[in-house]
Amino acid sequence: MKIVVLVKEVPDTYGDRKLNLQTGLADRAASDTVLDEIGERALEVALSYADANAGTEVVVLSMSPESAAATVRKGLAMGASSAVQVVDDALAGADLGLTAEVLAAAVQRIGYDLVIAGNESTDGSGGVVPAMIAELLDVPNATSLNSVEIADGEVRGERASDHGTMQVTAALPAVISITERLPDARFPNFKGIMAAKKKPFETLSLADLGVDAETTEASRSIMISLAEKPPRTAGTKIVDEGDAGERLAEYLVQNRLA
Amino acid sequence: MTDFQADSILVLLDLTPSGELTKSAAGLLGAAAGVGTPVALIVGAAGAGEQAAADAAALGATHVLVAEGAEAGAQVTVPGADALAAAAELVRPDAILVPNSIEGREVAGRYAARSRSGLAVDAVAVSRDAEGVVAHHSVYGGAYNVDSAVTWGAPVITVREGAVDARAEAQPVSTEQLAVEASGRRAAAIGRVDEAVVTSSRPELRGAAKVVSGGRGLGSEAQFALVEQLADVLGAAVGASRAAVDAGYVPQSYQVGQTGVSVSPQLYIALGISGAIQHRAGMQTAKTIVAINKDGDAPIFEIADFGIVGDLFTVVPQLIAALEARKA
Ligand SMILES: Cc1cc2nc3c(=O)[nH]c(=O)nc-3n(C[C@H](O)[C@@H](O)[C@H](O)COP(=O)(O)OP(=O)(O)OC[C@H]3O[C@@H](n4cnc5c(N)ncnc54)[C@H](O)[C@@H]3O)c2cc1C
Ligand SMILES: Cc1cc2nc3c(=O)[nH]c(=O)nc-3n(C[C@H](O)[C@H](O)[C@H](O)COP(=O)(O)OP(=O)(O)OC[C@H]3O[C@@H](n4cnc5c(N)ncnc54)[C@H](O)[C@@H]3O)c2cc1C
Repeated sequence: MKIVVLVKEVPDTYGDRKLNLQTGLADRAASDTVLDEIGERALEVALSYADANAGTEVVVLSMSPESAAATVRKGLAMGASSAVQVVDDALAGADLGLTAEVLAAAVQRIGYDLVIAGNESTDGSGGVVPAMIAELLDVPNATSLNSVEIADGEVRGERASDHGTMQVTAALPAVISITERLPDARFPNFKGIMAAKKKPFETLSLADLGVDAETTEASRSIMISLAEKPPRTAGTKIVDEGDAGERLAEYLVQNRLA
Repeated sequence: MTDFQADSILVLLDLTPSGELTKSAAGLLGAAAGVGTPVALIVGAAGAGEQAAADAAALGATHVLVAEGAEAGAQVTVPGADALAAAAELVRPDAILVPNSIEGREVAGRYAARSRSGLAVDAVAVSRDAEGVVAHHSVYGGAYNVDSAVTWGAPVITVREGAVDARAEAQPVSTEQLAVEASGRRAAAIGRVDEAVVTSSRPELRGAAKVVSGGRGLGSEAQFALVEQLADVLGAAVGASRAAVDAGYVPQSYQVGQTGVSVSPQLYIALGISGAIQHRAGMQTAKTIVAINKDGDAPIFEIADFGIVGDLFTVVPQLIAALEARKA
């Protein structure tokens, strides 16, 4: 079984995230970057399957700037067998369509039985890349799963849907995405960090994948304007002296909120 | 055969498992009417379309395409994408609007990948300029406003549920069955469906005018009832922090924040929530923010219009009593 896990480098959400007002791109220098938590959970699903099933190969795949290599390597330290990073200057500011095309081409090249992604990233939070990749690969999308079971040539799980949950099943090969209901990921240990240094790490360009970022055959989504909103400021703060509930009721009524 | 207006906007509407239009329909058709002539698409099981089509007309759809088939409830995403492809081919719209729900956005994703259309997700508004339809986004928890457009053709835009207040005028009912050729794309099969029980008396979190949310500070599932009591006195929806969801006080659908629901209500009350940046990302565009927390240094106070440093278990019951006394 060969599992490809899609991981993204994102700005650490514990800090303020900045966009560059000139280029409109995420300002990676302005905040620390981390492996997206949901991608780590996706990797955990693959690794716990690999723990129980010998002969499982787990490949982490990321499309990211060159500087993200260290972040991608964390996936190897956690236990993935190998890593593939797609790096190309032409991918700066890539839209959803191009992102999906590149990832689908890379998955195709790597070879796979199962692709595991996060249901939505913490920066773009589009929540569409996995379904788009499934379309491009012509495989089922069993997405937004709260639980995952891989067995007998298929993958099953509970899909978190808009009006409750549903049980879904897909024949392999397939693309799945998981929600944050799945367990937290393991921490890389010292042995894993040392082993990671010897694991295969391949860097691919768009030319390697045969993807043309500039093609006019696909319509692209582009940013046409960007503005920063003034940050919120604090208002009144009181310490309860036994009447705070009354005072809040008054505030709400005065502001026509109650 | 119907002639479609040159400025047609194709709007995919979501149905609930029991076949009714979801609440996002009014805002989507309202947004569409602001930039063109709304044509709705409804995809459902056989017989599901008629009532939903009439409801869509009442909400502003000038024409409703109904794609009925058994696959709709049996396969994940593919039947919706196939229907959207057939409808787009027929209508040749200036833009396609889809609810940014789990089902909706994945249908939009598959369709955009198939047709190589430009895709913009989670728009909070749409407008039109000389070049075409523009999507307006509120990103990074509302810290930035971003406008996007596509390089050519009709953009596919998913619209945040509950974000658009505009409403379209009711239209006479005009319905047409849409013939959909199955793409034959491989799809996941849907088995048992468990519909979430909706507490009908309370407003839905998405798009609610008032929200009362509880965090880890509530301490237990039983004590979380205090959040619900205050919400009911105010006619508010109930939300929660991820810590409260993880602790099992409430289901995941209540989660407000970066990986939960984004809300922009008139009033947001945070009870026993520290105000982690990931929580703020889902609520800091609220008009008025009220926070009650016993820790005076909690970051939630940095964005609160009215903050109370105190024990929520004494302040909230007093607040409820005071509000009820004023009502009486
Ligand atoms: C204002 C603005 C600024 C933007 N700035 C940037 C930017 O600086 N950098 C940037 O990358 N995008 C940026 N984008 C684009 C946007 O984030 C997407 O196009 C993004 O590339 C993928 O979408 P997503 O993160 O929403 O994916 P989702 O559909 O939410 O992702 C779901 C899952 O797909 C997988 N996945 C998604 N992307 C990748 C990837 N690149 N590599 C591996 N797996 C992946 C992961 O498993 C992820 O959990 C910006 C968009 C806007 C509106
Ligand atoms: C990738 C990622 C995504 C995330 N997404 C989300 C998200 O979508 N939504 C979200 O909410 N979080 C999210 N988080 C988690 C977030 O970082 C915080 O852990 C979480 O918001 C904390 O919830 P809390 O405020 O309820 O709990 P805590 O931070 O533990 O705060 C509890 C508060 O209650 C107060 N309190 C306790 N008892 C009382 C009392 N009797 N009276 C008054 N106050 C009291 C305490 O002073 C404290 O401030 C995410 C984290 C990551 C890494």
